[in-house]
This record gives sequence, structure tokens and C-alpha cells, in this order.
Amino acid sequence: MSWDWNFAIEVFPEILGAIWLVIAITFGSFIVALILGLVLTFARRSSFKPLSLLVYAFIEFVRSTPPLVQLFFVYFALPAIGISINKYTAGIVTLGIHYSTYVSEVYRSGIEAIPKGQWEAAKAMNFSKTQTWFRIILPQAIPPVIPMLGNYLIVLFKETPILMAIGVGEFLQKAQLIGSTHFKYLEPITIVGLLFLLLSYPSALLINRLEQKSNQAFTGKKNRRLTNQFHLKSGA
Amino acid sequence: MSIPEKKLEGTRLFPLKQKKNPIAAFENVKKNYDDVQVLKGVDLNISPGEKLALIGPSGSGKTTMIRMLMTLEKPSSGHIKVEGKYLWHKEVSGGLIPANEKHLREMRQNIGMVFQHFNLFPHMTILRNVTEAPIHVLGLSKEEAHQRAVDMLQKVGLGDKLDAYPAQLSGGQKQRVAIARAVVMQPRIMLFDEVTSALDPELVDEVLQVIKDLAKETDMAMILVTHEMDFARDVADRVVFLHDGQIEEEGKPKDIFENPKSPRLKSFLRRFLKS
Ligand SMILES: Nc1ncnc2c1ncn2[C@@H]1O[C@H](COP(=O)(O)OP(=O)(O)O)[C@@H](O)[C@H]1O
Ligand SMILES: [Mg+2]
Repeated sequence: MSWDWNFAIEVFPEILGAIWLVIAITFGSFIVALILGLVLTFARRSSFKPLSLLVYAFIEFVRSTPPLVQLFFVYFALPAIGISINKYTAGIVTLGIHYSTYVSEVYRSGIEAIPKGQWEAAKAMNFSKTQTWFRIILPQAIPPVIPMLGNYLIVLFKETPILMAIGVGEFLQKAQLIGSTHFKYLEPITIVGLLFLLLSYPSALLINRLEQKSNQAFTGKKNRRLTNQFHLKSGA
Repeated sequence: MSIPEKKLEGTRLFPLKQKKNPIAAFENVKKNYDDVQVLKGVDLNISPGEKLALIGPSGSGKTTMIRMLMTLEKPSSGHIKVEGKYLWHKEVSGGLIPANEKHLREMRQNIGMVFQHFNLFPHMTILRNVTEAPIHVLGLSKEEAHQRAVDMLQKVGLGDKLDAYPAQLSGGQKQRVAIARAVVMQPRIMLFDEVTSALDPELVDEVLQVIKDLAKETDMAMILVTHEMDFARDVADRVVFLHDGQIEEEGKPKDIFENPKSPRLKSFLRRFLKS
């Protein structure tokens, strides 16, 4: 069997058609991971020991079981106890929860790098606990770990094909359908690989640049330029 | 004069001072770290507006004392009172219960602190370092907080650095911002923990001068932990000498520096003035 250009060109748009779905699922899951990761980080640090132990156990459990098993659990097993959700939500929730445990670890490393003196100054200025987190600690802890978070975004993106297992029409499922219809797998599967390469590689480069910039954070002019760029990107 | 006599005198003097209730008081305060007792029962009253210099050898417990007043450390036993209220406890009918966060925040409103290592917020401009708490803790309007902050920063000679970040300032400038940041909250007591020890020698004077000016014009009480003896003599109404977790001697600056009684204070001052 040899490479068939006509066939490849013919099926490319169909596979590419899944791009918005894949992007939506990737960012949807990532947002869940970012928020839930923060909740886990706070809970893990709670002075209420049962809560912090429970969260510790949860994190270890989620990390040491395969995402595919978790996906089946959420989609096929939860309905048995009366919780049923559609496949897209199931996918986003599963990937979101799975990656929240890694994101939480990233936050933790950022938070632990903040000197004790910052907490003490926040107390001396009489900020509340919440204000201390959101005005003093997190704004310092998160910028340096943005590149690490970005790496997880890419890893998460590359994990989306597992959603094929519950019938989500992402790249791989499209390719597999095309392949089984025409009994030709080489072109569609290769296209899927290329799409992942084309989307991940530039993102990785971008993250590398972010990494270099975040090393210069808070030193004045350079930092201000960086924040301006963020503002421009977010349209502010 | 033997030490027990001194203690008696202290208790007899206390009622006379009643008309001026202490703004802060240590009552037999002890502090252990694991098995080591670093404060061995400290009694001390600070009057409103009083400028008190706390001196003593390194490791004698000076930092621990003021950190407890700032609620950064908890006493192992004894009580600290601020404006007559227990700092670490709440009074309820029937006794004392451990303070909750709400109580501690109310008490902290009275107290400000300047740290040896500045502890400015590096992600905020100088101006925001000084306006952040007035806006979000005191609830001032942005305009009012801004006005207060700019006035204060001008007073410490940094009116032209409002938009700079801490990393762009010298140590002396950083410490002056830290002073402005604490003063702008208008606490009743300000704590200074060896605020010039982390500075290059040529930057020490600008910071001491700012504190001297502040001390002259403010009715805040101040506790100044310092190794700068000339400064202490200049600024303080009273000097307290801490040694090995206990107050060894206290008195007017003139008496402490010119006529020390305790042999330990004598040797401390001798060693100190020599080195
Ligand atoms: N967090 C801590 N854990 C254990 N020991 C401490 C701690 N903080 C201070 N100490 C000890 O308490 C003693 C008093 O310290 P400190 O109050 O910093 O003294 P000073 O400020 O007079 O130099 C020192 O022996 C110091 O080693
Ligand atoms: Mg000290």
C-alpha cells in the first residue's frame, strides 16, 4: 500500500473539521484543571487535617490510575449511581480532574517559592487570608510557573484522543472512521499525527519564550512590557 | 538595688501610671521553641506615644518579643494586651478563649511593623505597595489612599519613585518605602526590627533620619529594636535592655548609657561601643 495524495487531500478537511471541538475540549478541560487545581491546593494546605489528608489521598489516587479508566468510570460507571452526563462533559470533567492534580502540584511549587517574609508582611498590613492569597501570594507564585502550566496544556491536548473511547468525534475518531470506511488508514492517521505536531510545536515554542520572560519578572521595565503584552492579548 | 526590689517598685509604680493606660503590655510572657526557653517571663508596659528602644545581645529575644506583639508568634504562656484587650485571647463571660482570626485582625489594626529585610511586595509598584492595604483593609477610597500614600512617600523622600518596582530601589529606599507602607495605616504602635542591619553602611543614616523625623512628629508609640546606640539615645524616651530572655535593666537613655547598673549591661555596652 502506498501513499495516496488524492485521498489524503480529500479526507484532510474532514479530519481538520474536528479542530474546534478538540480546541474547545482542551481549553475547557484546562480551565477546569486550573480552577480545581487551585481548590485542591488550598484544601491540601488546610489546617483541618482530615480535609488535607482526604485531598492528599484523592490526588494520589487520581494520579496513579490511567485517565482512560477514569474516563470510563465517569461515563459508564457513574450512571449506575444515578449521575449521567453527556460524552463531551464527561471528557472535559475527566481530563480536567486528572490534570488538576498536576496543576495543583505546579501551584504548590510556585507558592513554596514565596519567602516567609511575604506572608508576614501581609499579616502585618492586616490583609485577610483571602486577600493575602489573591493579592500577595498568588500574583507572585503564578507568573513563574506559567511555562510549567503551559506544558501541561500541551500534554493535555495530546491526551484528547482517549475521548474517542466514549465516541467523542475528535481527530483520531474521525480518522478511524474514514479508515474503516475506505480500508485505508495510512493517510488519515498520518494526518492526525501531523495535526498534533503542527499545533503542539508552535505552542511549545511560545511557552519557551514565556519561560525566558518569566525569568525576568518584577525587575521593572521588562516586566511592565510583559504585562502590557498580556493586556493586549486579552484585549484589555 | 537588687532585682526583687526593682520588681516591687515596678508594681507600685503601675497604679500611678493608670491615668495613662498602657497601649501595650507584656505580662509574664514566656516563649519556648521546643525545649529551649527564649523568653523567660517578660513584663513590660508601653505607654501611648512612648518611644521605646529595645537593645540587647543577638539571640536575647528582641525579635521574638515584637513578633509576638505583631501576632507572628504565639506566646507559650503569659499575656500580651493591646489597649487593655488580650491579644491572643478573647474575653467571654466566664473567662478567656483562644483568639480567632477575626479578633486577631481587629487587634492588628493597632499595630504596624517594619522588618529587617523590608518584605516589600515585589510585584507591585512603590505606590501600590503603600495604597494596597489602605484601600483593601481600611476601605479608603482610591483617591484618599493615593493622596495619603503620595504624601507619605514624599515625606520619606521617595515622591519621584511612585511607579518604580522594589527591585529598582536601593536597600535604604526600600526600607523607607516599608516605613511609609506601615505608617500610612496609622497604627497606634509601630515596631521596628533592626531595620538598618541589612543595609550597606552608607545607607543607614537616611533610614535612621526618616525614623527620627517620624518619631518627633507622631503620637504613635514605637518599639525600636536596634544596635544603633546613638540613634537609640536620640530617639527613645526609655531604653530596655534584654538579656537571655529577660529584661535586665530599663531606664531613661541617659541613665542606661551613662550610668548602667547591671554588670551585663555594662559589658554589653563596653563590647558594643568597642566593636
Ligand atoms: N523559629 C524559631 N525556632 C527555634 N528557635 C528560634 C526561632 N526563632 C528564634 N529562635 C531562637 O530564639 C532566640 C531568640 O531569638 P531572637 O528573638 O531572634 O533574638 P534577637 O532578635 O534578640 O537576636 C535565639 O536563640 C534564636 O535562635
Ligand atoms: Mg533579631
